[in-house]
Amino acid sequence: MGYPHPSHPRETVILSRHFGDAEARSLTLWMKRGGYQALEKALGMSRDQVIEEVKASLVRGRGGAGFPAGVKWGFMPKQKTKPHYLCVNADEGEPGTFKDRELLRWTPHALIEGSAICAYAIQAEQVFIYVRGEFTEPIRVLQAALDEAYARGLLGPNVLGRGVRIDMTIHRGAGAYICGEETALMNSIEGKRGNPRIKPPFPAAAGLWGCPTTINNVETLCAVPHILLRGAGWYKGLSLSNPKSTGTKLFSVCGAIANPGNYEVTMGFPLKDLLYDLAGGIRGGRTLKAVQPGGSSVPFITAEEADATILDYEGCAAMGTQLGSGGMIVYDDATDIVYQVMRLAQFYAHESCAQCTQCREGTAWTTKILQRMLRGEGRMEDLDLLFDLGEQMTGKTICVLSDSCAAAVVSAIRKFRPDFEAYIRSGRAVPA
Amino acid sequence: MSQTGTGTGTHEATAAASRVFEGAARRELDAILKKYPTAQSALLPALWIVQERQGWVSPGAMAEVAEVLGLTVAYVKGVVTFYTLYHQHPVGKHFAQVCTTSPCNLCGAEGVVAALLTATGCKRLGETSPDGLWTVVEAECLGACGFATPVLIDDDLIESVTAESVPALVARYR
Repeated sequence: MGYPHPSHPRETVILSRHFGDAEARSLTLWMKRGGYQALEKALGMSRDQVIEEVKASLVRGRGGAGFPAGVKWGFMPKQKTKPHYLCVNADEGEPGTFKDRELLRWTPHALIEGSAICAYAIQAEQVFIYVRGEFTEPIRVLQAALDEAYARGLLGPNVLGRGVRIDMTIHRGAGAYICGEETALMNSIEGKRGNPRIKPPFPAAAGLWGCPTTINNVETLCAVPHILLRGAGWYKGLSLSNPKSTGTKLFSVCGAIANPGNYEVTMGFPLKDLLYDLAGGIRGGRTLKAVQPGGSSVPFITAEEADATILDYEGCAAMGTQLGSGGMIVYDDATDIVYQVMRLAQFYAHESCAQCTQCREGTAWTTKILQRMLRGEGRMEDLDLLFDLGEQMTGKTICVLSDSCAAAVVSAIRKFRPDFEAYIRSGRAVPA
Repeated sequence: MSQTGTGTGTHEATAAASRVFEGAARRELDAILKKYPTAQSALLPALWIVQERQGWVSPGAMAEVAEVLGLTVAYVKGVVTFYTLYHQHPVGKHFAQVCTTSPCNLCGAEGVVAALLTATGCKRLGETSPDGLWTVVEAECLGACGFATPVLIDDDLIESVTAESVPALVARYR
């Protein structure tokens, strides 16, 4: 299968196997495709065994941070003195990223199964799936799947007759990028403004309502049933380059690309092959100018750097960028990079929760400086001002929203300084 | 909105005029409340119920939500104003959100916005058309970048909208 195009032979199709397969949404037909065997297996293992298996697989958080999921689960207290919670982060909003949307709308039961396994392992009886408010169709599909799972005893007070209680509730967001930050997400579930919290305490110690909480991304949890069924060794074997990056990753390729869409490849896949072989190359036969491989929050890389980039956590870091969420934004040589960077800065200014001065003022000021340049009123010293601002916006705030804005802006100026200088000199973009 | 005042007392009359949480809506809220350990946690779901039934979240509705969840009106308003999807003013019969963040921008999103304004008769972004049918806004990333340009009309996400396909799309909602 595949959606919107058939899977490419060079993809490693595991999570995306049923994209485009509407039947896979129904519980009965999902079970015919092997669904819920992993949950059955997990419930026959001890909680520690499940955590150890996930740890051994080395699967890392697919929301962007890349923290080892099994280690995160292991932070949860073994002695339960308060309720434990699992939050599923389906607040997908990182520009360039649209993988969780497809997982939710095509394979909702994969998420439910992975979440149930996690809930069992961390002793959580209640799971909140935080879905961004704009995901109206994914919410409908997921709710229907939850209803079916309850009706079949896969959720509720006695999961699969094993005496384990797992309840799952969709909590619909209401339009706030920042709620994808895990502590803001918890505040939003608690009925508060989505302001990130100062850490520590970390969620495993004091999360939702002050209770131990684990927050995992949709894609991470969808990989869990496969890890349980086929083993950590199998999952670890899915690695083409650095052994610390294992499994498959969904890359959402978008922007100036011939065939936009999600592509699932083994960690360590060459970025160049993804763009030119799988995604059909640059739109309209043009030339590549820049890529943000992991969403709008990661540094830009040039076409030359992209050619040499290996798609795993270490490979992206080696090129001075990050794997992030795998939302790959492609910019061609016709792109007005200054304008697009302004749009990104504007995004962060719009989405800043405004708690921290560096972020509230920094994202807005950055946007204004870039808009001034675009109007032909830029000054050469604005570039140094943007660097200085970028420094003030990095590592000084409660969360990394302002760091993300700075990373995009600063890297764009470093890599494409002539484009910015052209605007300052002549008030126009450099001719493509 | 200032005529409704800020004190709870002033709100009571407004809220009583058109209460949301009666009958089915009250039962829906009660079912939600059972899923959370605190009433405050039902705030976002409660605001969704209000908006689904009334089309926006009026000051009177904020007062009612505050009352049923045991919160202050100021607190509820603080939450409502944080989240962009809650309408603080009445909007058109159809509410269209066009993604114009960079990935969609690279694919002609701004042309889609211009075409939507023309086809709907909206004078500018955020304003409702004179026939009351449409409100068009720009959205920051709808999470469907591979289907540029996505437009969310009410609860329908329409993929791969182009400036050329806008008139036919708008006609479908007439």
